[in-house]
Amino acid sequence: MLSRTAENLYWLARYVERAEYLARTIDATLRVTALPATYVGKTNEWDSALLTAGVAASFYQNYEEANEHNVIDYLSFSSTNPSSIRNCIEAARLNSRSVRTALTSEMWDTINSAWIELQAVWSKGASTREDLAKFLRFVQETSLRFDGSAYRTMLRNDAYWFSRLGLHLERADNTARILDVKYHVLLPEEEHVGGPLDFYQWSSILRSVSALTAYHWVYRETLKPWLIADLLILNDTLPRSLASCYGNLVRNLDQIGVAYGRQGPAQRHARGIRNRLEHSNMNDIFQHGVHEFIQEFIADNSRLGEIVTKQYLI
Amino acid sequence: MAVAFDEMNIPGGDLRPAYQELARWLEETPPEALEYRRQEAELLFRRIGITFAVYGDSESTERLIPFDVIPRIMSGKEWALLEKGLKQRVRALNMFLRDIYHGRDILRAEVVPDDLIFHNPVFRPEMNGQQVPHDVYVHIAGIDIVRVDANDFIVLEDNARTPSGVSYMLENREIMMRLFPDLFARHRVAPVERYPDELLAALRSVAPLSASAEPTVALLTPGVYNSAYYEHSFLADKLGIELVEGRDLIVKNNEVFMRTTEGLKRVDVIYRRVDDDFLDPLTFRPDSVLGVPGLMSAYAAGNITLANAVGTGIADDKAIYSYMPDIVKFYLGEEPILKNVPTWRCREPKDLAYVLDNLSELVVKEVHGSGGYGMLIGPAATKATIEAFREKLKREPEGFIAQPTLALSTCPTCTASGLAPRHVDLRPFVLTGSKRTTIVPGGLTRVALKEGSLVVNSSQGGGTKDTWILDE
Repeated sequence: MLSRTAENLYWLARYVERAEYLARTIDATLRVTALPATYVGKTNEWDSALLTAGVAASFYQNYEEANEHNVIDYLSFSSTNPSSIRNCIEAARLNSRSVRTALTSEMWDTINSAWIELQAVWSKGASTREDLAKFLRFVQETSLRFDGSAYRTMLRNDAYWFSRLGLHLERADNTARILDVKYHVLLPEEEHVGGPLDFYQWSSILRSVSALTAYHWVYRETLKPWLIADLLILNDTLPRSLASCYGNLVRNLDQIGVAYGRQGPAQRHARGIRNRLEHSNMNDIFQHGVHEFIQEFIADNSRLGEIVTKQYLI
Repeated sequence: MAVAFDEMNIPGGDLRPAYQELARWLEETPPEALEYRRQEAELLFRRIGITFAVYGDSESTERLIPFDVIPRIMSGKEWALLEKGLKQRVRALNMFLRDIYHGRDILRAEVVPDDLIFHNPVFRPEMNGQQVPHDVYVHIAGIDIVRVDANDFIVLEDNARTPSGVSYMLENREIMMRLFPDLFARHRVAPVERYPDELLAALRSVAPLSASAEPTVALLTPGVYNSAYYEHSFLADKLGIELVEGRDLIVKNNEVFMRTTEGLKRVDVIYRRVDDDFLDPLTFRPDSVLGVPGLMSAYAAGNITLANAVGTGIADDKAIYSYMPDIVKFYLGEEPILKNVPTWRCREPKDLAYVLDNLSELVVKEVHGSGGYGMLIGPAATKATIEAFREKLKREPEGFIAQPTLALSTCPTCTASGLAPRHVDLRPFVLTGSKRTTIVPGGLTRVALKEGSLVVNSSQGGGTKDTWILDE
């Protein structure tokens, strides 16, 4: 297939995934900030939201302080923030338009309808919290519909695999960024000194990757920070864990390699990261430092993006 | 201006045979049902994303072309005549182009004046003496046809460069079949759906000699911001070929390749929807980023077929248009089946004098314009507009032609106050391959939605209709 087509499919999936992640982040932040300060402490959760979205620097070029109003606007509706939800949907539609021939009509319909709704209903943003909740649900449903229609209607060929590559790379990046911002509340068992304050931080982390229920099913335990770290990093049954993302990335890259009859640096690099995740346990990671581990992962993950681009997309 | 020919009603109250069933159906169908279908059609168009862009329109970059749900109907007999005329016309266009870029018999015979060719910016000296595969220049032609009476078809324009609109022909039919299955069951409408197959066959048939037995065809688009982008992606999809942009292609050793995830892949035929000027920055406009550097040398080396060929603009130029009846006679020795609109060439002093005296009755067009931009419709223009145009004409007479205001035929059309006649034209699409010329029965009917308006261009508020050729 055309390199440009593969590139568009890859980015299309990334934009949709990113939009959903932003919606979840806002959702989770709203819940925490709605609690009385005695439950969550004095940290500025809106600041963390900006950090997990990776847009803090550009935000402060436009605003003095991070509060509910301006952070939500910046993450959701702002046209100056290149990765606001609005711009993600706009970019997804533009990408879809340039690769219409590679999309199924169901996928196109999802993105195009979302874009139409964005303009018809959300052009002025959300004026109330109820409105905002509706908007966030709309974004999450768009992502689910897009993902589902890709899964159910696309031929299993390179078009599908490149789109999945984008999805899993973005997802891994998002999960890693939450961990990066919140690593200070994720402590090993023996060092755990946190009070009730941390409980809401933990549940907020899980909520933003839609893993709160999953946690209970997997551990059948009250929230424990080391288990949360284990779930998000190493547990490959959780679709948003780093391990699961890398299982999928390796599989998709292998499928491409087999179809094209040759492997390359992208396959090797992905396998390297996957192997490291497979052979790690939380004790080692805590010993090494969660923060360092995550930072290394974020760098490795974005390096994979570069390698894939060089090998296939240009 | 004469009374317009009504395609449905015969003066005196009778209906033309082709419209009888439709009239019965309209009587049985309540107006609300029609309005409901109309809204449904609009929703479908928006959801599918059948939009076009209007340049210079900042408010909304993507617009829908209004779709009128009342079909325009022609009898099989009328179509048969039109089809014959179209094939004749396109054959002559191809022979003319071959001649202009080779022996130039027609210039020596003084049928067409030299300077109209050589001083014409759409004449491409790069094409002189160049062999194009199978001598086909115009693979896809969109000939604009109007009717003024029951017997004659008149060519308004020969679009021989990159005519668009065929996606509307196909999508209009799909949507009509979805919305009005009953109406279809009551007619025998010739299908149009084989157009993509015919187009692909035509394109493959003109592959260069150096191509493999299974030539690779690609559609070259200027990109998503082009007004006809939807059509480009639609056609690429229906043909099952890659939709490429200039940056996807690269020329190496005078062969054209596309960049794929598996490396470079040779391309043999390019159905290009990029204008000549932008095709190759090394040959034409150096600032073009839409084109492919080196494409013209691959073309000259005979390793790529461009459809349509480079330089076809010299055949559909409005200044050449007035010579078309003579061109048909010159190459084919036949009387033209399709008529021309009488045309005054403002470059000729006698004609110019007449035009200046009769501006309020004439349509004046820029020789190199298209899309309905920059034209004067005398009877509809204000005095000030006419005077302004007069100055333009005097300054640069060779830039204009003038024609009488034609009373375009009318078809029943949905309007705010119920069904009413509106003026229409027709653009059938003529495909020429190495061995044969084919036309899918039908075409794009454009309709001027404003009462009395004669401008059918989508950029100027025109709409479209499904066009039915009855298979009798």
